[in-house]
Amino acid sequence: MSDASAVATLSQATHIEHGQASLLRTCVFSTDHKMIGKQFLFLGIVMLILGGLMALMIRWQLAWPETQVPGTRWIPEPFMTDGRMDPAFYNALFTMHATIMVFFAVMPILIGAFGNFLIPLMIGTRDMAFPVLNMLSFWTAVPAAVVMLASFFVPGGAAAAGWTAYPPLSAVPSYSGVDWGQNLWIISLAILGVSSMMGSINYITTIINMRAPGMTLFHLPLVIWFLFVTAILLLLALPVLTSAAVMLLFDRTLGTSFYLPEGGGEPLLWQHLFWFFGHPEVYIVALPALGIAAEILPVFARKPIFGYRFIVYALITASALSFIVWGHHMYVSGMDPRILGKVFMVLTIAISAPFSLIALNLLATLWRGSIKLSAPMLYAIGTLSLFISGGLGGIFLGSPAVDIPLHDTYFVVGHFHLIFAGVTLFAIFAGVSYWFPKMFGRSMNETINKVHAVLTFVTLQAVFFPMHLLGVGGMMRRIYNPLQYDFLQHLQPINVFITWSAIVLGFAQILFVINFFWSLCAGKETERNPWKANTLEWTAPSPPPHGNFDAIPVVCRGPYEYSSPEATQDYLPQDLRFVQTASQA
Amino acid sequence: MIGWFPENISTYGGSIDSLFSLIFYITGGAFILTQGTLLLFLIRYRRRDGRKAAHIHGDRPREAAWTMVPLLIVLVLDFWIDYRGAETWAMVKGQIPRSEIQVRVTAKQFNWEILYPGPDGRLGTADDLQMENELHVPVNKVVRVSLRSKDVIHSFFLPNLRLKQDCLPGREIQAWFEATKPGRYELPCAELCGFGHSGMRGWLIVHPDSEYTRWLSEHWPS
Ligand code: HEM
Ligand SMILES: [Cu+2]
Ligand SMILES: [Cu+2]
Repeated sequence: MSDASAVATLSQATHIEHGQASLLRTCVFSTDHKMIGKQFLFLGIVMLILGGLMALMIRWQLAWPETQVPGTRWIPEPFMTDGRMDPAFYNALFTMHATIMVFFAVMPILIGAFGNFLIPLMIGTRDMAFPVLNMLSFWTAVPAAVVMLASFFVPGGAAAAGWTAYPPLSAVPSYSGVDWGQNLWIISLAILGVSSMMGSINYITTIINMRAPGMTLFHLPLVIWFLFVTAILLLLALPVLTSAAVMLLFDRTLGTSFYLPEGGGEPLLWQHLFWFFGHPEVYIVALPALGIAAEILPVFARKPIFGYRFIVYALITASALSFIVWGHHMYVSGMDPRILGKVFMVLTIAISAPFSLIALNLLATLWRGSIKLSAPMLYAIGTLSLFISGGLGGIFLGSPAVDIPLHDTYFVVGHFHLIFAGVTLFAIFAGVSYWFPKMFGRSMNETINKVHAVLTFVTLQAVFFPMHLLGVGGMMRRIYNPLQYDFLQHLQPINVFITWSAIVLGFAQILFVINFFWSLCAGKETERNPWKANTLEWTAPSPPPHGNFDAIPVVCRGPYEYSSPEATQDYLPQDLRFVQTASQA
Repeated sequence: MIGWFPENISTYGGSIDSLFSLIFYITGGAFILTQGTLLLFLIRYRRRDGRKAAHIHGDRPREAAWTMVPLLIVLVLDFWIDYRGAETWAMVKGQIPRSEIQVRVTAKQFNWEILYPGPDGRLGTADDLQMENELHVPVNKVVRVSLRSKDVIHSFFLPNLRLKQDCLPGREIQAWFEATKPGRYELPCAELCGFGHSGMRGWLIVHPDSEYTRWLSEHWPS
């Protein structure tokens, strides 16, 4: 531990120096992990709103194809003609919607915001291992976002080859009609890759080296475990995407042919590399979300988490498996079903085991609890419920024969949105409402959040569940106008229903946004530990000052000692030294 | 949910559909059990005055059995799905049965070029005939399709036949089907291939035997 404490003192020293720094140093180029976390949160919220608006435009087009999309008259030709969407622009919209949502909204919030804010506070240290690197990580993500958004404005428009960017479509400008848009897409993701690398190295180092005395690995709060494994996945997976994307850029600009068959290249190479990254990526997004649910459920059930170690082992198993199942995205690319195909199939379906275990343990945590349905709890329960629904859909797609008709249809879109949009958004709402008092020293309005939780849960199901039906009916994803096909005509009422639901879903989000900003300025001020939770962040002041803790806490027990018979109160903070027993009281 | 599938008119479509049903019942059961339990717990164990939560960690064998037994069931069901799935997949995408009819489909932005071998039954000879977006086949015959692409990746999708196969530039991929019912069926492209992807479609025309002979003699008058 001597090394670690040396690092701690060092960063403490830098902090004291920062104490009297200018506004620029405290709010903009801050090295404080809490401020960086908040910066990621705000970046993510802005991008979430942009990505959501794009989703609504997409939905409008699908329900009422080629009619005027409200409020879009200002978008110039050739993208929109008097508010009517051009097919090429439709492709750009879903490509950018996905890229923005995955890389610039959900990842910055779940990993950037919660990771930064929570890790030092929950492991009991004063800051990240490398505060400057941390600051750079945020300020690298910002230009990446700017480049991505700027790509809309170059001639030819933004990337339009899907977020999966399969070559040759993405590799030859004349195939898609997109020139610099696709290049900027690659460049932006490469820059973002650097940002994520800095972040994940920081997370891993901090969690390994800087835990408070007594904070053994198995005393770590689960959300930290989930973030830890996520950071490792990022570190191993993202460089593969970055290198693959740079090769794509070379194909586009330097005349190489990594992916072009005319020059001896291989389009399938991209698919292998992309999905070698892509499947772990799904977990990179989903795991922090699950971690947040696992963190919140025990607090409001007033009960220890069920099977802590099983959850950790399942987490590690699932993450290891995630690197060897990428083939399930390529079942209809021409894979041989005999040996390789069977391996991918068995491994893919086997992933259901560790994830079932996690879900079952979370479920069992509620068993014989004393459940209070506060807003964060409602969101966390929504996360768990959506995770089960979304996961079950994956079994269909994991089975190659069933994937033949379902691949590249709305079944897939419905399935991955239950996880990508459902689980992650609910976890974001859960996390924001739960840690809001710690982040800002004020609390959000519970009633508004409860209404928002119920409304969002219902409309989200109404949006994404019927998509499975569309997919079974054969509706392909990434099509601009379903009415161009005879066999899809009878499905159109479902498309209209989904779009109406999406519109309500969109409007419901205004509740949360207003609540968020209103509470930020005028919410009720809170004490240190409003939820009566055990983990270390609640022992710090709300909001925690520079350096977080009055004194570095010493950890005496695991994070989920709720309703212990040893104590009179129904919770036992991790750092509480002397337990007041019933006999003493 | 099975009712939402387009009408199945292929020999192997039934196996895919029944595998789908199997998974549907398994996951449906799991869905009802888990979501039901969740709801039940939320009601049964809601906070009430004077009742304290149990202090259970779920790590003793007796407790862990509550999650381990369902886990074992999940694994058994997984293998059942694997077993049935491997069989069906091998039937559709594995060894291609002997076929009398062969065509080559070349995808390009944004059309299907269909090349028929003519009376000699061989592709690449003088009596080949090319059509755009029309695939004529006889009913109840194994048809072998060689898939190619001229530019980007497309995907040959026959919803009614439960067949989907990507067409890749630089490769030739073999697929097959046997249609069991005459009629006109849509042949959309299922892989994003550019701004004209939406609307890229052809037709599969399944002829009854006599009509097929007539179609042949119309196009290859001997
Ligand atoms: C909650 C509101 C959302 C709605 C209504 C929505 C709707 C849609 C729609 C209609 C598509 C187009 C599908 C197609 O044309 O094939 C799409 C694509 C996609 N969305 Fe969303 N979405 C939402 C949120 C999200 C979030 C939060 C994420 C990610 C974290 C996400 C990730 C994606 C991805 C990866 C695609 C695939 C794009 C592609 O095919 O390349 N979406 N979404
Ligand atoms: Cu995957
Ligand atoms: Cu296409």
